[in-house]
Amino acid sequence: MKRLVVALLLLSTPALAVNPDEMLKDPAQEHRARELGKDLRCLVCQNQSIDDSDADLAKDLRVIVRERIAKGDSDEQVKKFVVDRYGDYVLLKPPFKVTTLALWLGPLALFLGGLWAVLAFYRRRPAAGTAPPPPPLSAEERRRLDTLLKESER
Amino acid sequence: MRRFLYVLPVAVFAIMALFFLKGLTLNPRDIPSVLIDRPVPEMSLAPLPGRGESSGLGTENLKGRVSLVNIYGSWCISCVQEHPVLMEIKRRGDAPIHAVDWRDDPVLGAAWLKKNGDPYERVGIDPPPGRTAVDFGVTGAPESFIVDKAGVIRYKHVGPISMEIWTKTLLPIIRELEKR
Repeated sequence: MKRLVVALLLLSTPALAVNPDEMLKDPAQEHRARELGKDLRCLVCQNQSIDDSDADLAKDLRVIVRERIAKGDSDEQVKKFVVDRYGDYVLLKPPFKVTTLALWLGPLALFLGGLWAVLAFYRRRPAAGTAPPPPPLSAEERRRLDTLLKESER
Repeated sequence: MRRFLYVLPVAVFAIMALFFLKGLTLNPRDIPSVLIDRPVPEMSLAPLPGRGESSGLGTENLKGRVSLVNIYGSWCISCVQEHPVLMEIKRRGDAPIHAVDWRDDPVLGAAWLKKNGDPYERVGIDPPPGRTAVDFGVTGAPESFIVDKAGVIRYKHVGPISMEIWTKTLLPIIRELEKR
């Protein structure tokens, strides 16, 4: 029983929103449509791609993307078609341009800043083992140490 | 230098908190439209049954007057809430309203207007997959577009129009565009 469950789990594939009747006959074109659909945001559910979403608008966009592909549009042309209507927002992976510089380079800048702070911290702190030896005990300190040691022996 | 390092995390936190605080008040459905200041998409939509042969909506119909183009559907729940406001706008004669009946069965779309009232001059049916709605960059219904005399989209309103939104936001824009 346990084996059967494991086997079924391994065999299962994630549920997909794409209906069989939407699919293109040409597997290569359908593959392109699927890859494109993964990059396009479903505008109703916002954090799902149109490939994942069951929303009506996502279905409409899947159909329209396939129509464009069947008409011979390149992947870039299909993307441009959708971006022309919905803006860069529709792309799940935002394009690299002036208005998105902070988005793309911000994390790198934060990382470099952190790295610099850590390096500066360690450079300033003397490494262990190279600390100067403590000064020798004075006569008074030696006498106090002896009494303390004697006390603890008792 | 030392002091600066102590203040830095607090400053970073404060700046991030400001952004997040601002984010709490934003509406995620307000997606900036890229269609503002672009001509209305090419369309030639068939009329609803019973509204007359020539009552469909085409690109040419949106030229000459400043008008409101409303995206609705008989399946759309917020449209029921918005509809009395559109009826009032028609009663006052503020501006012509046209509609795109989006992703709808024409019979249901027409029946819905019979039941709730018909404030529209022209209505075009946009059956699935809603090509015209996608050309308009529509993400949900209701949505409304202000189109100027030249047939250029000048404003987009997402969600139901209330009387307050109409008198304070949309009508002033329309009046301004009418002067040009």
